[in-house]
Amino acid sequence: MAEHGEVWIFAEVDDGRVAGVALELLGKGRELAQALGVPLAAVLMGHRIRSMADSLFAHGADIVYGADHESLAEYTTLPYARLLTELVRERRPEIVLYGATPLGRDLAPRVASALKTGLTADCTDLQIGSYESGGRVYRNKLLQIRPAWGGNIIATIVSPDHLPEMATVREGVMRAPEPVERSGAYIEVAVRPDPSDGKVRILQRRTHPRRVDLRSAAIIVAGGYGMGSKENFGLIHELAGVLGAAVGASRAAVDAGFIHADHQVGQTGTTVRPKLYIACGISGAVQHRAGMEESAKILAVNIDPEAPIFGVAHYGIVGDVREVIPRLIKALRGKL
Amino acid sequence: MRIIVLAKQVPDTKNVTGEVMKPDGTLNRAALAAVFNPEDLNALEMALELKDRYGGEVIVLTMGPPRAAEILRDALCRGADRVILLSDRRFAGADTLATSYTVAQAISTHLAPFDLIVCGRQAIDGDTAQVPPQVAEKLGIPQVTYAVEALQLSEGRLRLKRDLGRREEVVEAELPLLITVPRTANRPRWPNARRLLKYRHARCGFELEAEARRQRREVSEVLAELRQRGLYIETWGAEEIGADLARIGLGGSPTKVKKVDSVVLRGRSLRFFSPDDKGVKELVGELIEERTFG
Repeated sequence: MAEHGEVWIFAEVDDGRVAGVALELLGKGRELAQALGVPLAAVLMGHRIRSMADSLFAHGADIVYGADHESLAEYTTLPYARLLTELVRERRPEIVLYGATPLGRDLAPRVASALKTGLTADCTDLQIGSYESGGRVYRNKLLQIRPAWGGNIIATIVSPDHLPEMATVREGVMRAPEPVERSGAYIEVAVRPDPSDGKVRILQRRTHPRRVDLRSAAIIVAGGYGMGSKENFGLIHELAGVLGAAVGASRAAVDAGFIHADHQVGQTGTTVRPKLYIACGISGAVQHRAGMEESAKILAVNIDPEAPIFGVAHYGIVGDVREVIPRLIKALRGKL
Repeated sequence: MRIIVLAKQVPDTKNVTGEVMKPDGTLNRAALAAVFNPEDLNALEMALELKDRYGGEVIVLTMGPPRAAEILRDALCRGADRVILLSDRRFAGADTLATSYTVAQAISTHLAPFDLIVCGRQAIDGDTAQVPPQVAEKLGIPQVTYAVEALQLSEGRLRLKRDLGRREEVVEAELPLLITVPRTANRPRWPNARRLLKYRHARCGFELEAEARRQRREVSEVLAELRQRGLYIETWGAEEIGADLARIGLGGSPTKVKKVDSVVLRGRSLRFFSPDDKGVKELVGELIEERTFG
């Protein structure tokens, strides 16, 4: 018998495809599985899912557990949680990871409660390491690293005595591996519907197209409350247009109605790491910094020289955004 | 209809001011104000609106230190019919699993049968959003997270609108049910002035002795009067809810904190450029030289 169980990721499906966050989990899952010397498996649920399994193999899964049934075509909490709980009890994985998406945050705690095991939300890093307590040393434990207290502290959490160790992982924080041509074992999971499955029924479902794809943008121009008005926020769009960049925003700018919430960068928005992040009129609250400080280069423009955004920036301009941004646009138009 | 609202008193992490930061850049937790978790106010509002439409009672339950009675007084002033403080030193240090066990135990021993449990989407201290689904699982009832609007209640089924960011759903769920509510759901009502005058005098079990001393009366007399006037905040510990001591507090928590690091702003090689044409041109020149634009 192997010393450790498998490393699992829950493969969320979005619009009939494996969600980006599931591929990111495979990248991190591969590292963890290697450290433990165990296979990496993905749990895939839905209807007519076989082709999606190939994408999971290509991104690093050794095994795909597939639960394929028409009753699973759309995600609902009760059947998904019930099936996953049964599968964990049967196969005893060491680790189970989920995306910290609305779906993952609905499913994972329900499963953790049924299994009476630990769960850490919104991890930004995961490692294998040891933990000491009461003179005992626990080896090969999952170190679950996450921000807390509004991003003011970073906590490392362990679940020493309970299996599986479970965590949800923020979208956009881990890197998805490049797909390669490889295959793996597809293991079909028997699905027996339960009368309780129908307690919540979806009557309507509408998906909005994504207004902006911040995660794959090489350059992001983001505006904050310091832009002053929706009209002034037009300067952000203009600068982004010149650079071929995506438009981002702080929560304060979204709350003030300058721009739609899809553009929000930060702890409750999207986590990004572009080559260049231009922050205009953004003071840089911890919640915002948590979502952008991994950017390769950061340029901050702010009227307040004490603004915390300068603490994470590489380039700074202290000045009025309404004057500085037009100058930037002019200088760039001449050069690019 | 019996509606239970789960609420939490939290440190006000959204207003971290200078005084709260220690000289080394770390956080002085004791200096943070304690507030009603913002999204729990949205949950209370949703519950009160449902009561306004369909009748029934709204019970607010919180677990926390004695000081958490503050948010229960607030809940009474905003319209709650009954409030309960779950507080016991042995509950301290609970992670989400131990918390959900304790809360579910209190509900199943004292508050069943109920129709609906309404929770805020998440609390601003941990941002985990885990306790509500865990409570639902422990009580064996369905859950609907991210509920922004209660559309209609009929024949024991509640129709709700969910906002999942890029996706919107309308779902119909059987009662009893647990739902979680985000801040976009509604605008919480303010405390009512008349209720404020009455319920600011409400006292929990931990506050009885001080109140008796202040009034120079016996604790039993004060308690009897508070109860009679509807001003007693029911206060339950581990015994009252028949808790399995192995499943509460730090000991009942599978997750342990290995270490905590304070976030200190990282010193980077920050270079300032002047805001005039000359400075901006220099900056753009440098960015092009470093191939930052691709």
